[in-house]
Amino acid sequence: MTENHYQGKLHHLQKELMSEYYAALTASANGSGVPAAYLLIGGNPVELLRAFDILPVFPEVNALQLAVRKQSLPFIQSAEFMGYSSDNCAYVKADIGMYFGGRQTPFATIPEPSLLLCNYVGCNVYLDWFGHLAEFTGQSAFQLDIPFIRSASGKPSKEDIEYVLRQLHHLIERCEEITGRKLDEEKLREAVRLSSLTGDLWAKIKHLTKRTPAPYDAYFDSVTMMAPLYCLRGTPQGLEFFETAYAELLAKAEAGIGPLEKERFRYVIEGPPPWPHLRAFRDMFSRWDAVAVASTYSTVGGLWEFGFSHDPDHPLESIARHLLEWNLTNRNFLQRYEQIERYLEEWNASALVIHSVKSCRLFSAGQGDMREYFTKRGVPTLLVESDLEDPRYFSEAQMRNRIDAFFESIAHRPTREGVTA
Amino acid sequence: MSTQSLPQSIEALVEHCDRIIEEPGFAPAVAWKRAAPNRAAIGCFPVYTPTEVFYASGVLPVGLAGGGNRMEIAHADSRFQSFICSIIKSTLEQGMTGLLEDLDGVVFHSICDPARNLASVYTRNFPQTPVEYIHFPQNFEAEEAPQYLRDEYERVARFAGELSGKQMTTEDLRAAIRIYNRVRETIRRLYALRRDSPHLLRTRELYPLVRVGHLIPPEEHAELLADALHAAATREGRERDRIRVVLTGSFCEQPTLDLIAAIEDAGCYLVDDDFLIGRRWFNGNVPENTADPLLALAEDYLNASLPSPVKHDMRISPSELLVERARSHRADAVIVLCAKFCEPSLFAYPIYRKALQAAGIPHLFLEFEEKMWMFDRIKSEIETFVESLLFD
Repeated sequence: MTENHYQGKLHHLQKELMSEYYAALTASANGSGVPAAYLLIGGNPVELLRAFDILPVFPEVNALQLAVRKQSLPFIQSAEFMGYSSDNCAYVKADIGMYFGGRQTPFATIPEPSLLLCNYVGCNVYLDWFGHLAEFTGQSAFQLDIPFIRSASGKPSKEDIEYVLRQLHHLIERCEEITGRKLDEEKLREAVRLSSLTGDLWAKIKHLTKRTPAPYDAYFDSVTMMAPLYCLRGTPQGLEFFETAYAELLAKAEAGIGPLEKERFRYVIEGPPPWPHLRAFRDMFSRWDAVAVASTYSTVGGLWEFGFSHDPDHPLESIARHLLEWNLTNRNFLQRYEQIERYLEEWNASALVIHSVKSCRLFSAGQGDMREYFTKRGVPTLLVESDLEDPRYFSEAQMRNRIDAFFESIAHRPTREGVTA
Repeated sequence: MSTQSLPQSIEALVEHCDRIIEEPGFAPAVAWKRAAPNRAAIGCFPVYTPTEVFYASGVLPVGLAGGGNRMEIAHADSRFQSFICSIIKSTLEQGMTGLLEDLDGVVFHSICDPARNLASVYTRNFPQTPVEYIHFPQNFEAEEAPQYLRDEYERVARFAGELSGKQMTTEDLRAAIRIYNRVRETIRRLYALRRDSPHLLRTRELYPLVRVGHLIPPEEHAELLADALHAAATREGRERDRIRVVLTGSFCEQPTLDLIAAIEDAGCYLVDDDFLIGRRWFNGNVPENTADPLLALAEDYLNASLPSPVKHDMRISPSELLVERARSHRADAVIVLCAKFCEPSLFAYPIYRKALQAAGIPHLFLEFEEKMWMFDRIKSEIETFVESLLFD
């Protein structure tokens, strides 16, 4: 394996913009006067906060940043000392531990929330998480209740849409109380317009990995782009980042440059990454010249590559549709099978890797059934287990052995398209 | 089967319930279906199901309560990982081994992520079995939530009507509300009797009396409960030197009858619990004669139902509620009995712990699994806890 120098302009710009974002969080914590809202990644309605100049704070992003920097374990342990179980989601534990640790992280001081916005988008742990934050901060959380996708058509009903829209109006009232000013509808439209352009670029970036070689790794490099997608979406800086990223990745695609010198295996990966061991995990695939051409994880906050776009002419309706329908978290488990099926076919991948994480049962519960489904359809499928936040659940030697054995076994095996991998 | 011919002692009633509960399959539901046309039965995954909506549509809502400790998980283990709770796997296993064949459908709702995904896995593995999924609102403050839930119930009623071949009328629903009110009211009275005189009605007795309602029609259950209430109230007994305990945490996956007995035998009067909470659910009677009974049911879900870790009502603090419950039941202690790997239950614990410690209420945290045979360890833990309180 030889890894190309995959860190380009987009990686540097990401670092710069995320540093600015975290500086703004610290400033808010230190009394800049800018109110902060905690909200969750799943289908996040960040545009609405932008319209009020409320700073979005994503506890999931903070938790994963702690894990990537190998800082999560002491916070997890301090939450376990409070009574949290070893079987509870470690994102929550790291966040609660950090909250009681004075909200100090190596990257920012996290501000106290002016608004706890629990966008309940599919993940039931969200409700526990923000319920606990409400208990600990003494604040009431705004429960934005998003009906789960439960129809055979995979679409929300008109009652679902109406219900969410009405709640969004109440959320606007809450934001008006917090900021002391009325909603500026033009400002909301502008945030949604910026989101729309950003989402369109992100979709085009996603489609670039249909090419051979894929110009970037749709798992390990997508995660670099996901932080700006959530933390900066709806701002000019967020749009600038995606313009830069698209231009750079398109140029790579045109030049036939991928993240590795050679692309031998194209696979789809399901599940969140093992953040505390991200580099080691990436290397396990790179050594086999294996590139992820699509990942389900990169659609937790929004699924743009299948045609969704925010609509500035109907800002609230498009926010409601994003929350209800156009993200992985609020879709049912079988819709994820369909999503993977599309990736396998349209992105021309020959294998599926399922990274099953203990913390996130929304992702993992039932992945044995998913493996059975794809295996029976002739897709070589590997299921490995670790965790997204807790470093104690990653067994490097065992993981490497499993991945080695998997690629070894499919190296000379015809795929279902009849192409040798 | 009518309870009229049954002996009226609590012991005999409990033995009757035990027999029905421990028998594999759903014989009472099958008999009920055969007794009249346009009838079906549906399996209801915990925690709460709008039983009235199903029953009014000619569908007997049968409670799925896992596989107990007699079921070997041979197939479902390959579909759900080791860190997923047992009832998810035992429910799938029941499907895979044909034990749910007498049911005409299955209904799940938004209690937790594994149950959410099980609904999908069930749909895929049993394409002939209709599967319904209810999204209960989690925004209890929203003025639009009752109407949303009303519409959701209407959708569920259409689904139920397709199973039985009979769409419910408003009067059908009012009748169903009346009969389930009767059932729940009697259960509430039995719970109050146990709270006030726990030596007259053990939880090992009360539990099967309630649980049997998972399996038999509500009219039969109402009669049985009325018999039990009469028998318990006229029973003679002597108070023993035990601590009064509020038990919480077992609202979904259920401990076995033997485990409940072991907890009591270790020196506890269980004066309140959250076993089978979805069958009891409402604080009072659902209004019986409203113009829109679907809306009445929805409003009571939002405003008059019991607390549970799968219901996130931000208007009230769950920890304060537990402390209040312990005090109003004059409890000496709280036992938090969580099913292994049950996230909602495990998440509730740190919040409870903090509040119980602040209120000076002793508590014990325990985990259980469906497939427990030996109770020596758990019993010895409880005995030690009880002794520490009795001889403090």
